[in-house]
Amino acid sequence: MIETLLIAFIKIVIVLLVLLTAVAYSVYAERRISAFIQDRLGPNRVGPFGLLQPIADVVKLVFKEAIVPRNANKPLHDLAPVISLTVALATFAVIPFGNTITLFGEEVKLIIADVNIGVLYILAFSSISVYGIALAGWSSNNKYSLMGSLRSSAQMVSYELSLGLAVVGVIMVTGSLRLDQVVMNQTNYLFGVLPAWNCFVQPIGFITFVVAAFAETNRQPFDLPEAEPELVGGFHTEYTGLKFGLFFLAEYAHMIVASAIITTLYLGGWHLPYIDMIDVSPMLMSIIGILTFVIKVTLVLLFMIVIRWTIPRFRYDQLMGLGWKVMFPMALLNIFITGLILLLLQ
Amino acid sequence: MLESYYPIFLMLGIAVLFSVVMLKASTLFGPKRPTDEKYTTYESGMEPVGQARDRFSVKFYMVGVLFILFDIELVFLFPYAVNFYELGLFGFVVIWIFLAIQLIGFIYEWKKGALEWD
Repeated sequence: MIETLLIAFIKIVIVLLVLLTAVAYSVYAERRISAFIQDRLGPNRVGPFGLLQPIADVVKLVFKEAIVPRNANKPLHDLAPVISLTVALATFAVIPFGNTITLFGEEVKLIIADVNIGVLYILAFSSISVYGIALAGWSSNNKYSLMGSLRSSAQMVSYELSLGLAVVGVIMVTGSLRLDQVVMNQTNYLFGVLPAWNCFVQPIGFITFVVAAFAETNRQPFDLPEAEPELVGGFHTEYTGLKFGLFFLAEYAHMIVASAIITTLYLGGWHLPYIDMIDVSPMLMSIIGILTFVIKVTLVLLFMIVIRWTIPRFRYDQLMGLGWKVMFPMALLNIFITGLILLLLQ
Repeated sequence: MLESYYPIFLMLGIAVLFSVVMLKASTLFGPKRPTDEKYTTYESGMEPVGQARDRFSVKFYMVGVLFILFDIELVFLFPYAVNFYELGLFGFVVIWIFLAIQLIGFIYEWKKGALEWD
């Protein structure tokens, strides 16, 4: 009991450290890549190639004055960023970042909480993140914040349906809500050659899920809540210093978690195709698994960043139209086709 | 059984702790130079007109109601999807009768214009 908790604690600390470093450097990567896309240089003064820029940013934010507007609701104004970041970080608890690793004669599963309802947990937590944004906008008592948070909540709620429906297809194929089972199911091969990743098994579901995940993380082309020309900063207009920093961290943590979920559900998770044909030691196998996972997540993350700087923003009515009239029927169609094919194959 | 959930609580605790520490750090280390102007609500440099506790478009409520409706439908789909192989053709037909009833409602609201934003 104590021992399992201790192992869990060590895993959590390592995962959180890696996650937060990754968050800091994805901000840096985003700024650099956007700069190159726009023919600028981006941050390159702090440290070699500007690599210490994230640390400088945090230090700057720490020494900023914390301002809560007079008319704002103070407790809720404080609570909102805490919810946002907590949810973003806690979602990572059920994502398998490797198979198992044998350390000091003990086999450790490379997942923080090996629960049997991993998929439900992820969906539940992505629902809670709406609260952070809704509360931030409402408690600020600022018209721009309120409008931004209303739009954002409506958008997230609409796309959450497509997100959930797309996942149903994956569960039908897997027959389990366990995320390690989902990954295991993708270690087979289609027709003996193609890795049986769910993005090949479920192309419609994959596209639906990725688009919905973009909308859930409030990323371009769905970053309506932050439409600067009309709503200033959206829901975080009235936030300063580290409280703003918390939202910022939460946004990038959400991106990384979303990439990890896409990787786990659709891109084979930690499994490197064809590796099982070569004879490698179990220890090396575990390390290859972790590296594969990290590389896949990074690639999805880079894809998200590049999309942000190449595709223009949607108009709000187009956004809601897409969510309800295209994504929702498409996700249902995916369930229908998946069910039909699985029944025929049976 | 329940034991597999303990790490989640641990993770939640650590995440909350981290967030709260960051929240407090800002008030601890930041300068405190309050002026009257600084604590007014931001409104593009103008004097704020009224409060933000105002009425807003009914469309947002509409989305909320529709979401609850279809989210419940979604919740019913999960147990079905897990047991998909055992239920076979029978389950598939039954779940699509259920979905069809929901879809009639969806088409009705679409035709009523509940999904239009203008």
